[in-house]
Amino acid sequence: MHASPPLSDRRIFLRFAFIGIVLIAIVLLFGYVGGWLAPQRLTAQRMVNQLQANAGVFSGYRRNHAKGVCVAGYFDSNGQAQAYSAAEVFAPGRTPVVGRFAIPGGNPYAPDSSVPIRSMALRFTQSNGQQWRTGMNSMPVFPVATPQAFYEQLVAQQPDPSTHKPDPAKVKGFFAAHPETAAFLAWVKTAKPSSSFATEGYWSLNAFVFVDAKGERHAVRWRMVPEANDAGVGGSNPDYLDADLTQRLAQGPQRWHLIVTLANPGDPTNDATKEWPSDRQDIDVGTLVLTSTEPQESGACRDINYDPLVLPNGIQASDDPLLPARSAAYATSYLRRTSEEARLPGTVQPNAQPETK
Amino acid sequence: MNTSSTSFVFTARVLHWLMALLILSMLFIGIGMVASVSERHAWLLSIHKPLGIAILILAVVRLIVRLRNPPPPLPDDLPAVQKLAAHASHWLLYVLMLLIPLVGWAMLSAGGYPVMLSHSLRLPPIFPVSGAAFAILRHMHAWLAMLLFLTFLAHLGAALYHGLIRRDGVLSSMTGYRPK
Repeated sequence: MHASPPLSDRRIFLRFAFIGIVLIAIVLLFGYVGGWLAPQRLTAQRMVNQLQANAGVFSGYRRNHAKGVCVAGYFDSNGQAQAYSAAEVFAPGRTPVVGRFAIPGGNPYAPDSSVPIRSMALRFTQSNGQQWRTGMNSMPVFPVATPQAFYEQLVAQQPDPSTHKPDPAKVKGFFAAHPETAAFLAWVKTAKPSSSFATEGYWSLNAFVFVDAKGERHAVRWRMVPEANDAGVGGSNPDYLDADLTQRLAQGPQRWHLIVTLANPGDPTNDATKEWPSDRQDIDVGTLVLTSTEPQESGACRDINYDPLVLPNGIQASDDPLLPARSAAYATSYLRRTSEEARLPGTVQPNAQPETK
Repeated sequence: MNTSSTSFVFTARVLHWLMALLILSMLFIGIGMVASVSERHAWLLSIHKPLGIAILILAVVRLIVRLRNPPPPLPDDLPAVQKLAAHASHWLLYVLMLLIPLVGWAMLSAGGYPVMLSHSLRLPPIFPVSGAAFAILRHMHAWLAMLLFLTFLAHLGAALYHGLIRRDGVLSSMTGYRPK
């Protein structure tokens, strides 16, 4: 059967060596691309590990914005955004929404007064099955512009094992090394933990791109502006936000106007630390109406990952580097918490004592 | 022996090399996208989903071609254990080529994600929405892909062993190239 002359032992050895080298090279390349052989690369896993190092691990909960409540309602579009985006959600009419209010941080038992920031996440389900998911915060700018800087901020804020509080020198050092945080720091100085989710405005922070029916692209940001304006400062109940929301919704739906801001040419779309100038065109494109709330442990929002890159036709990501990082980190958080929900081996179980480093 | 009995049919060879390229790219895209927080993450993910469906469709076509055109026999003098390994690994490759895209599709369905192949093309869900099912399917997707990577390495190693050491015509039955 062997037509070729036999190989010498040396040639056989060399040929085996060649085969081995080819296979090893492929494995090494795979390991590099997969991040195992690139320990310095910032991955979603490392980012979420750092969130866990800062707050502890709470089985089944999101790794950030862990404390929250589910809400539901709808969005009534007035058609004003149709000239800029072909998304079905902007055609005149109603789109159902499942949302979630939350506060930042990984501890689902943190008191509502612990941070001055509130967040609103929404999932719009269009009748054509496409979805628009967005996660917004009650501040006009984000502290940092890049995933790497966000990671460094988390590292700087990691509680010291002896004091259980962040080391003020490290936090100060971080902000000194990151002058882009100035706008956020100026905002946070005046911010107070509000007593209600319903009286807050929520900003997209990141820029996105609307694509109209002709395929023209328009850089935008959006925000939700509340109709309720009786903002106060919360009381002594650590869960006053939930109580307030339940009470308000018992009296009637809560409304926000979705305001879309159109960028001028040259406005930065890749830097969430910078607001666009205030003279940019704002368009009121419709009303978000929230009608009900449920606890997050059993509500419809529990198993939703509010990944800001789940977008319908007509809305696309901008070049903001935070967007893919949010998408990747949220996916990692979602996998970890759903794995805990599924009680998969190796996951932290709810009965276990919360690990508070 | 004529060429038709010592080589795979032309369609089978084209499908093999096309899918080899797509699947190997897919393994690197998959492992790369989950380890990246940069723009690459979104870019690779947007390739991953339509490419996965393309592989699923090609795998079905290929299975039909394979069932209608039996492959050339392995050399008579190949040890029985190696013959068994060859047959088992080939069928494992077929199972994985079909199963991994389906598990990926089911996983996105279970997670409640719209299965978007492009900005506007959406596939229907094939699994009920369930966070726990998402987690199980998501881990399965990754472990089956790892198994596919290992099976690919064994397949490549064996192909080179046949081509460079045994020189028994097994590799050339798929390359179609005969130096004699």
